[in-house]
Amino acid sequence: MAIHGLIAKKIGTTQMFHEDGRSDDVTVVQAGPCIVTQVKTPDSDGYTGVQLGFQEVRKLNKPRQGHLSSVDKLFRHLREFGVDDPSDVEVGQEINAELFEAGDKIDATGTSKGRGFQGGVKRWGFSGGPKTHGQSDRHRAPGSIGAGSSPGHVIKGLKMAGHMGNARITTRNLEVVASDPERNLMFIKGSVPGGRNSIVLLRRAGSRKRPLK
Amino acid sequence: MEASELVKLEPNPRIDNFTPGDTVRVGIRVTEGTRTRTQVFEGVVIRNRGSGPGASFTVRRVSYEIGVERTFLTHSPAVEYVERTRRGLVKQARLYYLRGRSGRGARIKEDRRNR
Repeated sequence: MAIHGLIAKKIGTTQMFHEDGRSDDVTVVQAGPCIVTQVKTPDSDGYTGVQLGFQEVRKLNKPRQGHLSSVDKLFRHLREFGVDDPSDVEVGQEINAELFEAGDKIDATGTSKGRGFQGGVKRWGFSGGPKTHGQSDRHRAPGSIGAGSSPGHVIKGLKMAGHMGNARITTRNLEVVASDPERNLMFIKGSVPGGRNSIVLLRRAGSRKRPLK
Repeated sequence: MEASELVKLEPNPRIDNFTPGDTVRVGIRVTEGTRTRTQVFEGVVIRNRGSGPGASFTVRRVSYEIGVERTFLTHSPAVEYVERTRRGLVKQARLYYLRGRSGRGARIKEDRRNR
């Protein structure tokens, strides 16, 4: 299919069995149904793309109502995806889990679970200090953060304690174990960023790569 | 919506109902190189764990005076059949107390009630 991906909601994780008794840990997502709300073409927008809407709502503010007047439905989430040929796609068209089938590789983009302000040990995997040999309050300390008067400052981007999680994360090359368009479900091998009920964008693996010049 | 409820599970008609305390014969599909055969493990069910696709049960037997426990995933296709050979009358759901016992102390009374 021409569209590179769709919007989904993470439901949770469980496991599924293969015929031979092996099992996969899978993430279950509600994939679509999404409605095409806008088609972007080189003539009108300077690039190609498709805007999809997900999760219908009853009320929205006037500017959004105006934007969605062409499909006569209101959506909580609007996201853009790449498309091979925009002339294949029409506004109002439904995109569902049929887009992917078992065995396909996808990239999943979501917002990771927020972990608050965390120290270097949890955030960056620092080793911390020794537990014993006369140490006191150095157990989870970051250690040296640089030299002295030269350079005279801490270099930019140094790994330190700070806010962790709640960031946009893409997990690449996940395998679709099963796709069930009738129930709008997809079963994805491995984990997908974010908590339950969070929004994830599923794209065909590698569809965001820049073409080689 | 709970993810574990969304996985379609086909109930295996060759798995009898059983509860902890029952004695069962479990047929497991084993692949050795290219050959596939069914291995049988018989013993007392000492626990039923979980629900949905991750559910499992543990069977204990004493072979050559060594206690052996195997845990099977109830919905795994490798579990070909579970045959209940004896009903046991026990008061606990988890029969871990059998581990420290042998001989007469490890016996389980047969449940002869009609259910």
